[in-house]
Amino acid sequence: MRSRMMGAGVYDHGYILGYERLNDHLAADEGPRHRLWRIRAKQIITATGSIERPVSFPNNDIPGVMLASAVRDYAVKFGVATGHKIAVYTNNDDAYRTAINLNEVGVEVPVIVDARVSGGGALAERAKALGIRVENGKAISKVFGKKRVEAIRICEHKDSGKGNEKIECDCIAMSGGWSPVVHLFSHCGGKLKWDEKLALFKPDSSAKPTSHDGLPFVTAVGSANGSLLMQEVLKDAREGCLSVIEAAGGKVKKKSFKVIEQEYENSLQAIWIAPHDADIKKRSKIWLDFQNDVKINDVELAAREGFESVEHAKRYTTLGMATDQGKLSNINGLAVLSSSLGKEIPKVGTTTFRPPYTPISLGSIGGSARDELFQPVRKTPMHDWHENNSAYMEPVGQWRRPFCYPQFGETYAKAVEREINQTRSSLGLLDASTLGKLLVTGPDAGKFLDMLYTNMMSTLKIGKCRYGLMCSENGFLIDDGVVARIDEQTWLCHTTTGGADSIHAHMEEWLQTEWWDWRVYVANVTEQYAQIGVVGPNARKLLEKIGGLDVSREALGFMEWKDGKLGKYDVRIFRISFSGELSYEIAVPAKQGMAFWDELIEAGKEFQVMPYGTEALHVMRAEKGFIMIGDETDGTVIPQDLNLNWAISKKKDDYLGKRAQERSFMVNQNRWKLVGLETLDGSVLPDGAYATADGVNPNGQKSTQGRVTSSYFSPTLKRGIAMGLVMNGPERDGEIIEFPKIDGTVIQAKITSPVFYDPDGEKQNV
Amino acid sequence: MLVFKCPYCGIEADETELNPGGEAHLKRFGPGSSDEELEGYLFNRENPKGVHFERWRHVYGCGKWFHAARCTATLEVFGTYSAQTFEPPKEIIDIIKAKRPGWKWRNLS
Repeated sequence: MRSRMMGAGVYDHGYILGYERLNDHLAADEGPRHRLWRIRAKQIITATGSIERPVSFPNNDIPGVMLASAVRDYAVKFGVATGHKIAVYTNNDDAYRTAINLNEVGVEVPVIVDARVSGGGALAERAKALGIRVENGKAISKVFGKKRVEAIRICEHKDSGKGNEKIECDCIAMSGGWSPVVHLFSHCGGKLKWDEKLALFKPDSSAKPTSHDGLPFVTAVGSANGSLLMQEVLKDAREGCLSVIEAAGGKVKKKSFKVIEQEYENSLQAIWIAPHDADIKKRSKIWLDFQNDVKINDVELAAREGFESVEHAKRYTTLGMATDQGKLSNINGLAVLSSSLGKEIPKVGTTTFRPPYTPISLGSIGGSARDELFQPVRKTPMHDWHENNSAYMEPVGQWRRPFCYPQFGETYAKAVEREINQTRSSLGLLDASTLGKLLVTGPDAGKFLDMLYTNMMSTLKIGKCRYGLMCSENGFLIDDGVVARIDEQTWLCHTTTGGADSIHAHMEEWLQTEWWDWRVYVANVTEQYAQIGVVGPNARKLLEKIGGLDVSREALGFMEWKDGKLGKYDVRIFRISFSGELSYEIAVPAKQGMAFWDELIEAGKEFQVMPYGTEALHVMRAEKGFIMIGDETDGTVIPQDLNLNWAISKKKDDYLGKRAQERSFMVNQNRWKLVGLETLDGSVLPDGAYATADGVNPNGQKSTQGRVTSSYFSPTLKRGIAMGLVMNGPERDGEIIEFPKIDGTVIQAKITSPVFYDPDGEKQNV
Repeated sequence: MLVFKCPYCGIEADETELNPGGEAHLKRFGPGSSDEELEGYLFNRENPKGVHFERWRHVYGCGKWFHAARCTATLEVFGTYSAQTFEPPKEIIDIIKAKRPGWKWRNLS
């Protein structure tokens, strides 16, 4: 048993959210205010009671008009009189309890207005015996007062509102009947049925919400189930609970139980509008939704305007859209709508009940998932060194990577420039540990990789590396990276930083669900290694200074790899380059990463070694015209668009995406293709800018013929460079196209080769 | 939030432990197939109201893909089974037939 806890919602397969208010009621602010309980139940009992309905009568929005149950609670539970003279207006017997309670505590009840001609049962007799005036078959036709109730006028219920007896009072306790709280029963698909006698929607016990086994799992009991008399409530609760115990697999002992005495209550009479024949002037003063100021005439207008569905009428009038979400008066509104449409209430139906029952705090939902606990941060073995050496970090997925290492108060742009110039002229170091590393091994690994990559990977020789492209079955590029053949059955596939997990999952999916008889095993070893790019004309000299493995041009050629020792470190050196310089990417076991980095920094001092960040990496790869997944690709780009036909095997019958790339629009000659863009004025094109073409499209917008995919200031060339996708781009070398900017000016750019720097690859191949 | 029993590790897994993988028992069409076959394979799905065979991966658990037979209207789960099969196993079919008389799917009924 937990007090101050609300069942906020019931969801699929017995899932419930419980919202516990822990210390809202306490002065001390200790511990969490709210807690959200996630409960998985076999069976759920909703004993949520029912809510009293207002009566729809003229001027029922004047302060002092209250629900009879509320007036009674104030008096009985808190000793508060809500008025000196409290008139009671009802269509059922329960409000007589309010009148009797008030009388007992000494508050005057000038009149009980009962809409029923036959009046009430035993409670009415008691009220009369106490000397309270009871008027049967009557209605309140007007409330006097502005800021508070001063008096009422009563008339015959079956009337338009004539009648002139004025009765003084300063509060009206109204009761229009009761609506079972069916929300938790309905959240997960429980159906309701209309009880004509009680004028209420109640759970349909033959259409309860069903769980994973197809059997009912929510049972409403008591007045939540439409039982309004105490005798019935107890009987229903007992029967409901016994059935739930049995459904949950428990044993039930049938014991007899005593039925309590229940004094006679006369049945309720639905009054959806009072007085019965109120004219338009009065109907325009009868409020249904007190928060959103929706009146009878508003709902009638909705029906006339054709908003006949209850969901449409709700949105047209905003009935039930306030913070109480229709708990008070939705049924009253539905009844008005159905009578306007000339339909029965069950034919009109209710709006949908959605969780939560009442609002719950975002803090309880979010819980501890904020600040540093929002997401785990992945750190490379050299992470702390970067932070201690002025790195400006950027998030890359869950990783944090140095964007650049600003020094001496310089700007980020200046830092990037310095890092690039130093790398191109002498020596740079890159922490490339975040690069995805997937080990693919087994007798069928070669066959498998031939299906995954557009290239032929099975023919790659041991000790060699090959740049590979991966496409989805839909033909579009999803990842790229260098693949190294480790041994007869093993390949090491490098993926993009962001692609490590998704490509691993992609491989598992195909192995488990399509080619499950292929003998291949994939392991994601990304975090097992620290990987460092040693880049620049002095890269070889640095490695030779540390000593060990022969890294000469002859012993370790471009696109080759080798295992061995460098100094005291266990290294695997890949001679690959993403910068265009002489470059070695060196993997060491993760635990050796920090020491190895330190040694490279120390030994590199004579070459003025400089660590560089992701921005320098991006600029240098763009200077070389290397594509970046996510810049040059966006899920609509195929390798052919990027002039990467050389990386698509012509010998293979099949690879993922091959068939899709044969579709007519994929082989269309007018696709946008990769080019370099040189601004005539040397400025930097805005990333993502579109090149305009003559004419307009069907929407009247200027036609386009290409867009910028990567754009940087190149410190090497000392001007802006860009890559972009342009219609028929490669055939239009030298042509000048225009890119309008947001400020209205236009930049002219010349179409060039995307390789801006060292087009023959002489620098990386030394 | 749904619950499925992972047929590999036997755990009753909450939906948050799983990744959905769409319709099960699709046939791959590669080079040599017609445009219509490719379209069907890549894009066209049965999307039934009622019994549906679908793929799930126990991604925050054992990592295995499995199949589930589920009613999309009532969320009733008829059973889960290995993803390494071309059609639902007989015991799953029998359960569905008992619970949904007259049910038909492809060549099964």
